[in-house]
Amino acid sequence: MKQFVEPTETDIKEQKLYKEMGLTDAEYEKVVSILGREPNYTEIGIFSVMWSEHCSYKHSKPFLGQFPTEGEKVLMGPGEGAGVVDIGDGQAVVFKVESHNHPSAVEPYQGAATGVGGIIRDIVSIGARPVGLLNSLRFGELTSKNNRRLLRGVVSGIGGYGNSIGVPTVSGEVEFDPSYDTNPLVNAMCVGVIDHDRIQKGTAKGVGNKVVYVGLKTGRDGIHGASFASEELSENSEAKRPSVQIGDPFTGRKLMEATLAAIEMPELVGIQDMGAAGLTSSSSEMAAKGGSGITLNLDKVPLREEGISPYEMMLSETQERMLLVVEDGSEQKFLDLFDDMEVDSAVIGEVTDNDRLRLYYEDELYADIPVQELSEEAPVYILEGRQPEADSERRDYSDEDLDAAFKSLISHPSMASKDFIYEQFDNQVGSNTIQKSGFGPGIVRIEGTNKAVSMTIDGKSRYVYADPYNGGKEVVAQAFRNIISTGATPLAMTDCLNYGSPEKPEIYHQLEASTKGMAEACRTLHTPVVSGNVSLYNETKQASVLPTPVIGMVGLIEDIGILKEDKVSEGDALYIVGDLKAQFQGSQIEKLIDGDIRKVSRQIDLDLEFERGNMLKEMYISGEIHKIAPIGRGGLIVKLAQLASHYNIGVDVAVDVRADLLFSESASNYVVVAPAGLEITGAREIGAFSGDAFRVSAKNYNISYELNEINATLKGAIPACMSSVD
Amino acid sequence: MMRYAVIRFPGSNCDRDLYNAAVKAGAEAEYVDYRETSLEGFDGVLIPGGFSFGDYLRTGAMASVAPITKAVIRMADEGRPVVGICNGFQILTEIGLLPGALIRNTGHTFISRDASLKIVNDKTKFTKSYSKDEDVIFPIAHGEGCYFCTDEVYADLKDNDQIILKYNENPNGSRGDIAGIINKKGNVLGMMPHPERALESILGSRDGFKLFEDLKSWEENHETVR
Repeated sequence: MKQFVEPTETDIKEQKLYKEMGLTDAEYEKVVSILGREPNYTEIGIFSVMWSEHCSYKHSKPFLGQFPTEGEKVLMGPGEGAGVVDIGDGQAVVFKVESHNHPSAVEPYQGAATGVGGIIRDIVSIGARPVGLLNSLRFGELTSKNNRRLLRGVVSGIGGYGNSIGVPTVSGEVEFDPSYDTNPLVNAMCVGVIDHDRIQKGTAKGVGNKVVYVGLKTGRDGIHGASFASEELSENSEAKRPSVQIGDPFTGRKLMEATLAAIEMPELVGIQDMGAAGLTSSSSEMAAKGGSGITLNLDKVPLREEGISPYEMMLSETQERMLLVVEDGSEQKFLDLFDDMEVDSAVIGEVTDNDRLRLYYEDELYADIPVQELSEEAPVYILEGRQPEADSERRDYSDEDLDAAFKSLISHPSMASKDFIYEQFDNQVGSNTIQKSGFGPGIVRIEGTNKAVSMTIDGKSRYVYADPYNGGKEVVAQAFRNIISTGATPLAMTDCLNYGSPEKPEIYHQLEASTKGMAEACRTLHTPVVSGNVSLYNETKQASVLPTPVIGMVGLIEDIGILKEDKVSEGDALYIVGDLKAQFQGSQIEKLIDGDIRKVSRQIDLDLEFERGNMLKEMYISGEIHKIAPIGRGGLIVKLAQLASHYNIGVDVAVDVRADLLFSESASNYVVVAPAGLEITGAREIGAFSGDAFRVSAKNYNISYELNEINATLKGAIPACMSSVD
Repeated sequence: MMRYAVIRFPGSNCDRDLYNAAVKAGAEAEYVDYRETSLEGFDGVLIPGGFSFGDYLRTGAMASVAPITKAVIRMADEGRPVVGICNGFQILTEIGLLPGALIRNTGHTFISRDASLKIVNDKTKFTKSYSKDEDVIFPIAHGEGCYFCTDEVYADLKDNDQIILKYNENPNGSRGDIAGIINKKGNVLGMMPHPERALESILGSRDGFKLFEDLKSWEENHETVR
């Protein structure tokens, strides 16, 4: 007689209980055929989380296969907790981005906090010390009270975890768009540094080796979190609040230090973070990768309360836990270490040679599942995408009130200063932060060296919506431009694919076409993909979020000497590099004036992108140019305003073009700051940093503002929204 | 040569930064676990920032009753330098080695930025290399850095020249713009800003370096407060 009252095999089948867990009839039948019998409650629960979109990538696998994952510097590509890339001198960077969208929608503080905690553990499980955090955030417009609540909660959650665990948050990007109303996107990225000889893998090998649990005691929080993350948000989502995990950065910090200490011990065989699907995914994936089986004695799992069933234990997503496999006989050494570092630990099982995940509770067998099939035979769905009809293009905005447009754009939260957000994140703990959040990539010195890592995270969802294929290229190119702008050589990237439901043909098309464009850009720009994450079903009330692939990119600065001083000063000339072409689909002026995004193809020349980027990087390193600023949302005029505000110097610029092109968002363009009269390929001088006014003119267009006014508008926009009452 | 104990509580996260700062300035430093009960062999104590014990109860409250605390109090009583930065300052007020308390920032949010500060008192052993009214930039990063005290304590602090560091633009609602204070004897220092993050201009400021040099040469300095 089992001591937990659960539905029987027959109940599950007849009442189709697997459907509540997110499995289809066909998937249930596949489980039956794998097991050769009907699954019990624990088993079907395990299959349902491992075969959730979040864990199995069942709708996205074919697309992920397009990405180049190898390169001369890549030491470890996708498949482990995070990617690893060589930076020379026996060291490497480890990084990954991950989404926490659904939890953040229903419980913004904890959703965001555990997103940060989870990505840190991914980096630590490779054996690396985290040196920088980044985040990519998307919300609906701040005119809505609910969106303000979500922003406030997400920001304090990111800070609440990151500040406490002591990893600096050094860069990020934030966008506000109605498509994210009630379904915010919260993507967190972490970068760590490791010595080559410390790189760990999540593997379970060696019959008789022991499985060690370390970290927070298991509770009932986050049960079915991975399945929840794989379905559409709805009015019932509030009821899924218990599926949201709870972060504990204090234990997280102890666990981080304990893990980094354990990695120094030669008896460690493998290690994996207990993230999505907790004990289930960590144990079965480690066994699958090691070609072994694992037997767990679940009565040994440290528990927060009594009476937690094997089903609940296996599906719990309690945070701050790691699973280790250690050599037989060495387990006490690990337990003693963890004891000294004041984290709970226990030996909960061992590695076997039978290729099965077997779960016992007080000698009673609760699950017996073939490991390879569980992790490798998740269904893969290849659907039909449908390309929507193209819209007609609008190539001219010169009849609009462009002065009003300028003022609206710089007071929109997407383009305004994000100080309100970034000042809530500790950006300097660790004392290696050279450039922090707010104006370009984060730059973190590699401790004890003259090298630094430049890191950025970028998304361009409106472009991807307008033209998924070329928009996909532009997202990668944007990250590339940002890394180049710091004088760094781009090394590799990580991606987080945030889309609506792939079961909708137009969303499937977005996924298909944008990943194809991204893959091409990765090849041309020499930035292989070393890790990533997929978040689908970002839907609310019949609306899908904009297709939002987010790219995290890391570059290497060989000598931080180039960053010793910011040479920008009054009198420096301003150049535009590239042509201002009429490219308004997906732009901010289109959003402001027309609202909808026109589905019209966008243009980008990746070869030109690569060549131009490298040329500018070399000129920056040699000191010829003082600042590289890629042009993004809002076009040239918004970038000039941001530069003037950042340096607190006036701008006097005249561009001999049609005035609306100042707002165009054509690809591969930069503003460069350098001494006057410099020869830069593809560039022309357009003015200078001077005085304390912001003056910009084009054909039939002439604006002039006090610098103070520009400053106040950019800096005041988000605080003004956040303090509004309705 | 001054030898400093850098106290490590679970949840401390500026311990490495503080250790590195002391060593960079030429002092000796060693980590000491909060479960130790003796500080024998050390000439001074540095209590780092972070979130000791998660700050779940009240900032600094758990740390103030940790085993090492008695030894820290002994060091302070002997007149040796005891410095608490950020969470360390919160801990020192919880222990009672410094007056007042640190409460939630008036804006309710965590604040992380480079703060412009003024050295108010350059006649202390900690600030002898600075000059009076010198402006310095140290990063701040705290959620509970609003210095609070009674009228009596505030009058006392002023009368005894115990206020050594003030914000030029008060970020958190601290009484009298107070960013850092010393005890009456002049050997215990607490401050919310992070001088250990201001040692190199490439990181934004090197204004904190002199403070660590003063810590290194503490013994050689016989000037006292007032």
